[in-house]
Amino acid sequence: MAASRPNRLFRNLSAKIAAIPMILTALVVFVGGTVWTVAYSFTSSKMLPKWKFVGLDQYERLWETRRWMVSIENLMIYGICMLIFSFVIGFILAALMDQKIRFESTFRTIILYPYALSFIVTGLVWQWVLNPEFGVQHILRSLGWESFNFDPLYNADIAIFGVLIAGLWQGTGLIMVLMLAGLRGIDQEIWKATRVDGIPAWKTYIFIVIPMMRPVFITTLVLVAAAIVKVYDLIVAQTGGGPGIATEMPAKYVYDYMFGGQNLGQGFAASTMMLLAVLIVVVPWAYMEFGSKKRG
Amino acid sequence: MADVTSTLVGPRGPKPRKILTRNNIMIYGTLIIVSLYYLLPLWVMVMTSLKGMPEIRMGNIFAPPLEITFEPWVKAWSEACTGLNCDGLSRGFWNSVRITVPSVIVSIAIASVNGYALANWRFRGADTFFTILIFGAFIPYQVMLYPIVILLREMGLYGSLTGLIMVHSIFGMPILTLLFRNYFSSLPEELFKAARVDGAGFWRIYFQIMLPMSLPIFVVAMILQVTGIWNDFLFGVIYTKPDLYPMTVQLNNIVNSVQGVKEYNVNMAATLLTGLVPLFIYFVSGKLFVRGIAAGAVKG
Amino acid sequence: MTKLQTILTATSAMCCVTAAHATELEVTHWWTSGGEAAAVSELAKAFDGKTEHTWKDGAIAGSGNTARPVMISRITGGDPMAATQFNHGRQAEELVEAGLMRDLTEIAEAEGWKDIVNPPSLLDACTLDGKIYCAPVNIHSWQWLWLSDAAYKTAGVPVPTNWSEFVAAAPALTEAGLVPLAMGQQGWQQKGAFDVMMIALLPSDVYLKVYDEKDAEAAAGPDVAKIFQAADQARAMAANSNVQDWNQATNMLITGKAGGQIMGDWAQGEFAVAGQVAGKDYHCLPGLGEKNVLTTGGDAFYFPVLDDADKTAAQGELAALMLSPEVQVAFNLKKGSLPVRGDVDLSAANDCMKKGLEVLNNAETLPGGDQLITQDTTRQIEDLMVEFFADTSLTAEAAQERFAEIIADAE
Repeated sequence: MAASRPNRLFRNLSAKIAAIPMILTALVVFVGGTVWTVAYSFTSSKMLPKWKFVGLDQYERLWETRRWMVSIENLMIYGICMLIFSFVIGFILAALMDQKIRFESTFRTIILYPYALSFIVTGLVWQWVLNPEFGVQHILRSLGWESFNFDPLYNADIAIFGVLIAGLWQGTGLIMVLMLAGLRGIDQEIWKATRVDGIPAWKTYIFIVIPMMRPVFITTLVLVAAAIVKVYDLIVAQTGGGPGIATEMPAKYVYDYMFGGQNLGQGFAASTMMLLAVLIVVVPWAYMEFGSKKRG
Repeated sequence: MADVTSTLVGPRGPKPRKILTRNNIMIYGTLIIVSLYYLLPLWVMVMTSLKGMPEIRMGNIFAPPLEITFEPWVKAWSEACTGLNCDGLSRGFWNSVRITVPSVIVSIAIASVNGYALANWRFRGADTFFTILIFGAFIPYQVMLYPIVILLREMGLYGSLTGLIMVHSIFGMPILTLLFRNYFSSLPEELFKAARVDGAGFWRIYFQIMLPMSLPIFVVAMILQVTGIWNDFLFGVIYTKPDLYPMTVQLNNIVNSVQGVKEYNVNMAATLLTGLVPLFIYFVSGKLFVRGIAAGAVKG
Repeated sequence: MTKLQTILTATSAMCCVTAAHATELEVTHWWTSGGEAAAVSELAKAFDGKTEHTWKDGAIAGSGNTARPVMISRITGGDPMAATQFNHGRQAEELVEAGLMRDLTEIAEAEGWKDIVNPPSLLDACTLDGKIYCAPVNIHSWQWLWLSDAAYKTAGVPVPTNWSEFVAAAPALTEAGLVPLAMGQQGWQQKGAFDVMMIALLPSDVYLKVYDEKDAEAAAGPDVAKIFQAADQARAMAANSNVQDWNQATNMLITGKAGGQIMGDWAQGEFAVAGQVAGKDYHCLPGLGEKNVLTTGGDAFYFPVLDDADKTAAQGELAALMLSPEVQVAFNLKKGSLPVRGDVDLSAANDCMKKGLEVLNNAETLPGGDQLITQDTTRQIEDLMVEFFADTSLTAEAAQERFAEIIADAE
């Protein structure tokens, strides 16, 4: 900073005042709320929070509960598939769009529009499209493909992929747009240079362009990962966790036990586990991003 | 395989091309197929909402209606029942407006000032708070649901619009602040320095220099927030009461309060109605949306 | 009318109020199916018509599992509604203990609830430390097997008269392309059906041992094993029942697509709305036709403590009104449930309701599950049942083992 003033505390006073909402949010809600929840996860709170310490009881019960295990498994499957597919598809689409094509904005508009819709809307639409009695399966069978079987909403083994299809439909557009912006940020000289050297395009993408786009990838990862952890509405609208418990997710377990089951302690314990899982992924990233001092 | 690679090796960039090269067929072919996949659910929604129930039971969800009827739309908007309230989605629509407009304004105002303070006025500890804030974007909402119930209760805001607006501002803060911080950091620093030398203070620089230069990012933030808040379900369900329920919650209620048979056409009309506002905003401002998102994300 | 005036004085005396001004009471409930909505509008009509206050409907769709969280968080969040439905029993226990629910004892005494509520166990479920906290409005019993005459006609077999005949008739229905047992794929429905089988197919003491005494050994024992076998059969019979909501399942009966459904007496409301007649279009078997037994759970209204004096007075009027004879009759006829007072004229009741009344007056009744186990335990059993009914690789034995574990941990 160019200007220097005598008193450190009052330096940038307006900036500090302006940042009060942020500071309060960060400390009271994010830190305070999290600490509170973690602390009460060690209690036997039922409908109302009560400070009755029971140690790790809630966690023991949690990890013995089959529904929780299924939820974790589902989140892993959904999360990993979502990341891989949305990044691969998003990037390929972005690369195609970057070929100086006609109607680029039309294509982009079409691919991005589902992102504007809520998960409730997404879930309900796909519930309808995948409905075996009316939707895709019915149509393909009536077209003569009698043995065609695709009923993810009724078949527990593939139900989670029914949700994945809806999730990808809603979210891939955003990734494509972010990737496309990243590609547009690449210096045209690089393309010229690789062309002169005769390096094939796919090699240029993988070995030159993608490493250059690291910041874009990271930001995108941040956005997508945050969305995946919070997945709740989609499940509620599309499958309600069913069939059986085949598409249950941790976020829904938390809500169901915290409010529906009137067992706050169990809900807090489950949400603490979600938090822990998130931290394991996020801390290394944060360390990389913010650990090293650099001026943006 | 050899063919594919050889076509890819070809020159790219602003060179004039023939229209029907293999390359183009592949690119457009892929894009058209993908576009069809993306459009299909919208098509199905619209078609289903224009059919009568008998036709839905008989027919094919992809086929256009033989007889177009707007009755499902009327029903979804003004007649569908949740319990005794048979005023359809219209009430939820106005609730959503009353929730979204102030929430968007408040959250953007706060986040833009935050982003500006973080980008240009880096005071001690700012990075720490910012890091916590970004972590906040990852903390599953579930962890903070209950503490916020308590917080709102203590402030006497539970169940009120103000309370919900506060919740939206809090949870919108991480991403928006990140967006604004990145954007303001990308503006030429000389501008800011020059203004400082001229003796302009925090707010004057913000209003006179930063604001006018950052219209696009404000539009982006607005679009993000309008769609985000309009589409919210969880907070609407937890922090409001039935007469303040936003449209998404009402949609879910209407679809779930089945009386007799499921009326898929009304459900789809209701679903479309709920999606109309964000879709409208998106189609009108599509380009800015895209350009802005890029500006926010790329300069990470 | 005089009774109402007594109440008016009772409530205003109670609460330091001047005259009760006309006010609006928000009432939350989860009655959103056709028959239920018709019933609740009877309550609203009576309240709007007979008092100067207005009923503001706060219906929350879904099942109780969706609605209760909303209600509870509003009450604990300091934004209580004026009155709210719960299944009486342990669902609102903690809210009462925390002093968030209004003590209705004075109104109950003025109205003489102790004398009129039948069976008295209903009022016991509203009572904590000698004080009454809720107004029971109906008696619901779960133990009914509903049968679609049309479906059995299509299949060419006579309508069953008990559970074993029902099971025996299943193959004929399957052959005719029908679903023998309609069941919505939601935990509370599946747990409900399971409990019904436990009550109807075994001596009652097994049910009480498991749910009242939380005897894990009994839960793991050979008697309950039979029930898991029966549930296994039910699972096979319901394999093609791809509906979610209970009333969609009932609709399968109404349209003759399914043979039977195990569901509470509220299913009757759906038949009524569809214009079907008991004994002609559909049949009902209390206790699955095996045993004359019903549980007496039900719905009750709780009244959160409010600051507003006018509203508090109006709450009292609403509570009294809910148990008044006319409202009881009108409401329960629409709802398909039984009135909480034995002294009202139910000549308008249909066949099934009369059967229920008879059991209630002459035969055995048991406390409902809501009164015996906590919502937490209920939820765990629901999760187990949802999984069991959806996943045929989960054997009856394995499920019973997990059931016994849940009972062992129950409070």
